[in-house]
Amino acid sequence: MPHRTFLMFILPSLLAMLVFIAAPVVSVAIQSLFVAHDKVMVSVQSCGPFGCTTDVHVDTKATEALQKQQPLGKFNGLGTYTDRNHLAFAEIGAILSDNSGLGDVAVRIYALPFYRALSFTLVYTFVVTPLAMLLGFVIALSVNAVSPWIKGPVIFFSLLPMIITPIIGSLIVYWMIDADAILGSALQDLFHDPNLYLKASPVLTWIVLLCYGVWTNGPFSFVVFYAGLQMVPKDTLESAMIDGANRWERVRFVVMPYLTPLATFVALVQLMDNFRVFEPIVGFNAQANASSLSYSIYSDLNGQFSQLFSSAAATSMLTILGVIILLIPVLMRTWREFNLKAA
Amino acid sequence: MKHLMGAGVSLAVFCLMGGAALAADCGITSGKVAILSNDFEALRVLADAAKECANEKVTVTANQTTEHKNLQVPALTVNPAQYTVAFVANNSIAPLLSADLVRPLDDLIAKYGQELQPNQLIKVDGKTIAIAFDANSQHLFYRKDILDKAGVQPPKTYEDVLAAAKAIKDKGIMQYPLAAADKPGWDLGAEFVNLYIGEGGDFFEPGSAKLAITNDKGVATLKLMKALTAYMPPDYLSYDADAMKAAYNSGKVAMMDGWGSYANDVINPKSSSPEIASNTVLAGAPTIGDNGIPAASLWWDGFSIAKNISDQDATASFQAMMHALDPSVAAAHPDAAPWLMKGFKPGPAQVGVMLTASSPKAKAYPMLPYMGLLHTALSNEIGDYLKGSKDEAKTLSDIEAAYNAAAKEGGFL
Repeated sequence: MPHRTFLMFILPSLLAMLVFIAAPVVSVAIQSLFVAHDKVMVSVQSCGPFGCTTDVHVDTKATEALQKQQPLGKFNGLGTYTDRNHLAFAEIGAILSDNSGLGDVAVRIYALPFYRALSFTLVYTFVVTPLAMLLGFVIALSVNAVSPWIKGPVIFFSLLPMIITPIIGSLIVYWMIDADAILGSALQDLFHDPNLYLKASPVLTWIVLLCYGVWTNGPFSFVVFYAGLQMVPKDTLESAMIDGANRWERVRFVVMPYLTPLATFVALVQLMDNFRVFEPIVGFNAQANASSLSYSIYSDLNGQFSQLFSSAAATSMLTILGVIILLIPVLMRTWREFNLKAA
Repeated sequence: MKHLMGAGVSLAVFCLMGGAALAADCGITSGKVAILSNDFEALRVLADAAKECANEKVTVTANQTTEHKNLQVPALTVNPAQYTVAFVANNSIAPLLSADLVRPLDDLIAKYGQELQPNQLIKVDGKTIAIAFDANSQHLFYRKDILDKAGVQPPKTYEDVLAAAKAIKDKGIMQYPLAAADKPGWDLGAEFVNLYIGEGGDFFEPGSAKLAITNDKGVATLKLMKALTAYMPPDYLSYDADAMKAAYNSGKVAMMDGWGSYANDVINPKSSSPEIASNTVLAGAPTIGDNGIPAASLWWDGFSIAKNISDQDATASFQAMMHALDPSVAAAHPDAAPWLMKGFKPGPAQVGVMLTASSPKAKAYPMLPYMGLLHTALSNEIGDYLKGSKDEAKTLSDIEAAYNAAAKEGGFL
């Protein structure tokens, strides 16, 4: 295809990407460098059904004048990125210079909101991505092996976790693991521990969230791998059989090499998706025990009547940075393969 | 045949009268009334009453949603504003005031607000910026039958609550007799605010946005919160106010600090289980020790009129709201809320709020622009303390650090 034709072909989607993705990212990046103006405050008396008090209120006229001069707000540079609610440089410095061992450092850094969110996000990404891919691969192999007449229903059943809206899926599981509900009480009976509450302890909550993540992400890998399995040449498989390869050896030495490029693609998509984990935390009411970068953005923008736009913008930029760092190894691998083929 | 015709005529007359009653005369010539409000029973009653003013020249619409707080500032900032009336409370009015989005109502009150009581007027710097119509607070709900079984007196203080909970647990009546809305998010912050008010503490240094909770009262508040959780089910950090009400209605809770606006659901013999309803007693919010301060923040619900609308729509909106705030509406729905309207006699569901609000030492939730930032910081930091991973001093300093970072970003410090 001549370059010109190719350019014309992708121009509409390129334009859409510029308008709907690139421009907002730039605007968020700019927003993250500014904070709200210093509010001009005045003491006034305010009265209501429960009596009068002297309160401090915003002098709207004076603040509006400031706002008009600099509509973006007060320039803060990277101040928002380094404050306590984000990278917390000052706090980390203090912890590193004065602590009683590695455990103490870990506990105190984990207490900082950004690192707390980052820890769960990373654990979720690196546990759920490989396990969900493995689950999807196993399902794909099994579905490929069942007889054709039940294949349809089996595929439908395997896709269910993906069909169910994530927030609904997590709510259903959340209700089932309640101490009075079917799964929760069954576990209590099984372990003879009436105080076993899956929702109470941080460790159990994390395990529940990770299991849910694997369950809900499995079908995506399954669909892709199942499609890939149809492309594996039958003759290679048959010749392997004649050579005496058992089922496992055929999977290991014939199927898996054929699916590697697909696996790279699935890993790429799943890493990005899982790094933005959000719904399970809301669905499982797990805010006390787990937080994620996306959840911090949500809570900044959904605060009680006051939205912290700069804070949310800074976390968004850090999330984008995180995704880029995560993807570098995978992208480098793709690039090497591409060069290998070209050579 | 004659009878039949007579019946038909009277039916027609009845329909006409009914029709006339529906299209109430609110005195509005023309205009647009658009209400944005939170979603609970009392507000639905008022929005429905305001809708009676609709006719061919007056449109009345209402968007009642628990997401109102995310809509109100952007929707009232545009000119003309998307909504003419915003239902607000102590906390939700703060962002509207800070952005100068509501208009002073004194002229409209002078013309159309003769029925209003002086204590309904919310004034800032001498100007009336909102009109309150009901009161709300959290207060004690307890099960008389269970307390009798345990042989304890109705609790007046949090020390009594803890003692009663211990007695109930020790006698094996209930393993987890208490419930609180301790879910991080809005609820956990509200628990701290209530108890800290009960300790008699001030949140900020007078005349500034500088936080002032790092003191003995802050420590005592945290200790009390933790002491109470000993009598709650282990997953108490996942309970919000709705989950707590559901647990109470299913008979799993002996005492809770619940919202007054839920009382009607709980004590209504027609709802859930009649046995629990008939044994529930609504009491004022407990005090801490004998300082006499109810450990609850008082709330009002009210309405404001948008600034960025035409005077005609503002007048129409105010008149429609005056129709909705007519004492007859409150009298017709006595169970919906402790109304502030003239001559209202509180019903049995409002006893708890009335007992709490009538205490001379009771305090309102602060109507301050930076209170929301503190509330969020409280919610985010107290969960770890209750789980036991940090002590009181560290928790308070973490709250202060989180608040300072947010307040600096918001331009308040």
